[in-house]
Amino acid sequence: MLELLNISWSVPEGRKVLRNVSLSIPDSGLTVITGPNGGGKTTLAKIIAGIIKPDSGRIILNGEDITELDVTERARKGIAYAFQQPVRFKGITVRDLLEIAYGKNLPESELCMLLQKVGLCARDYRDRYVNSSLSGGEIKRVEIASVLARNARLTIFDEPEAGIDLWSFTGLIEAFQEIKKSPDRAEVIISHQERILSVADRIVIIEDGMVKEEGLKDDVLPHLMPTISCPVKQVEMGGERL
Amino acid sequence: MNSVSEDILRIVSDWKGSFCGAYSIREDGRSISRMDSEHVHIKPKTDKPGLDIYIDDDAKNETISIPACVTHGDVDDLVYNDFHVGKNADVTIIAGCGVHTDNGEPARHNGIHRFFIGENASVKYLEKHVGLGKGDGRKSIDPVTEVFLEKNATLEMETSQIGGVTDSHRVTNGKVAEGGRLVIHERLLTEHDQRADSEFSVEMNGDGSSVDLVSRSVAKDESHQDFKAVIVGNASCTGHSECDAIITGHGTVSATPQLDANNIDAALIHEAAIGKIAGEELLKLRTFGLTEEEAEERIIRGFLR
Ligand SMILES: Nc1ncnc2c1ncn2[C@@H]1O[C@H](COP(=O)(O)OP(=O)(O)OP(=O)(O)O)[C@@H](O)[C@H]1O
Ligand SMILES: [Mg+2]
Repeated sequence: MLELLNISWSVPEGRKVLRNVSLSIPDSGLTVITGPNGGGKTTLAKIIAGIIKPDSGRIILNGEDITELDVTERARKGIAYAFQQPVRFKGITVRDLLEIAYGKNLPESELCMLLQKVGLCARDYRDRYVNSSLSGGEIKRVEIASVLARNARLTIFDEPEAGIDLWSFTGLIEAFQEIKKSPDRAEVIISHQERILSVADRIVIIEDGMVKEEGLKDDVLPHLMPTISCPVKQVEMGGERL
Repeated sequence: MNSVSEDILRIVSDWKGSFCGAYSIREDGRSISRMDSEHVHIKPKTDKPGLDIYIDDDAKNETISIPACVTHGDVDDLVYNDFHVGKNADVTIIAGCGVHTDNGEPARHNGIHRFFIGENASVKYLEKHVGLGKGDGRKSIDPVTEVFLEKNATLEMETSQIGGVTDSHRVTNGKVAEGGRLVIHERLLTEHDQRADSEFSVEMNGDGSSVDLVSRSVAKDESHQDFKAVIVGNASCTGHSECDAIITGHGTVSATPQLDANNIDAALIHEAAIGKIAGEELLKLRTFGLTEEEAEERIIRGFLR
């Protein structure tokens, strides 16, 4: 289990981005984190991955305090994070990236399977460079495939749906379901997508740097749907005849 | 052949106990083994050290290997090799070079290679350089490459210096006629207090000619590299040069491009980028469990591939 205890973080200029966030992620199942843009979701994910150090608070993984561990050490403890904005490289191919993530050479069949899960044909993509020649949706899928390759204990996807077409999206949901079913793997997806919310076990709403609500999907989703489908605040006008 | 030469051959050429095709192996300033093929004829020069290599018109699928090994200190090897490539030929030339010194004495190889490439011929030229051995004897490799491309001829050159060379002064010149195409890919790695400088000068003299020069280099530790590229367009032609360098530690790189357009239809471009490895590239690989050093090593390996 991953526990975040009273996590706070401010930008270097001083504005508070996360305020006293406490949250626990169970050992298995799918937790979806959602909430308005700029609410602090990506910041929270980066804090879990060790990319950002919190100003205060503790991070406990399976009983061990990992707050002081760096990115490498946390990765080795089984934390995997698929960036919202994938990194582009000079000189790293799709195969290289997947093999680095996997930790050793990938047999052709495994490589194919991983790329297939994100809707890419291995033959067309394995030797492509992970640079600006890949389209937005392509690089996003390579990013997801590389994190799938890690088979990590805790996997975080940051807005995996962004830029992915509807046809490939169904395949992605299957890949997410597969991790969700695994009894010893925890999955966190940061998302605004209704279809992803609908397959969640638990939902967390982060707003204005705080946990606004968290709980089982069936309890949280009803509160969420109206604000997602209609962001405009409606005012009850009563029964006056117009 | 001594065992140091065998090691060098394995690194710089596709030596697997023998070569396929015509070859000449040079060891410590002497040719120790030589073989012609049906369409490739290798003749020793009579006025100076080196070879004239004649490739027949229409020769296809031939590979010519002319590696040079300097296997101990106190050797200063100078060689002139001229390649005469016939019309319509389509061949691969592999010219690796390794210098090895263990005893603190300097070892140097200076290979001057000229390519006279006939009409419509197409040549792939692979050149790999490496320095080996312990001790602080200087290991120098100073290659000079001159390319003369006739009408519609092509040369694709892949040149790399993959480490261990203390000093290197590299000069590459080309003259390209109508429809000719010169492609040069250079990979350079310097570390410790090594120095390398690389000078290119290419003239495009015929309409429809082109040159594409891409240099990728990494300067580690206290090493220094200088890159100079002059591209001259005297006709309706396209020229592109690119210098992309990574510096780590206290490494330094200086790049000086020069483009001379002497014809209204000459289109010339230069791009240069020098800097350390992007922080986010290192960070991404660390999220896969690599340490900072492992991530750096991996990125450099991909970059110089
Ligand atoms: N390094 C930084 N410097 C300044 N501001 C930052 C920095 N990192 C994050 N922020 C700010 O913190 C807030 C939270 O950002 P974060 O990326 O966590 O939001 P988010 O919930 O992931 O939003 P979205 O749904 O748009 O991805 C934003 O207002 C953002 O501008
Ligand atoms: Mg975000």
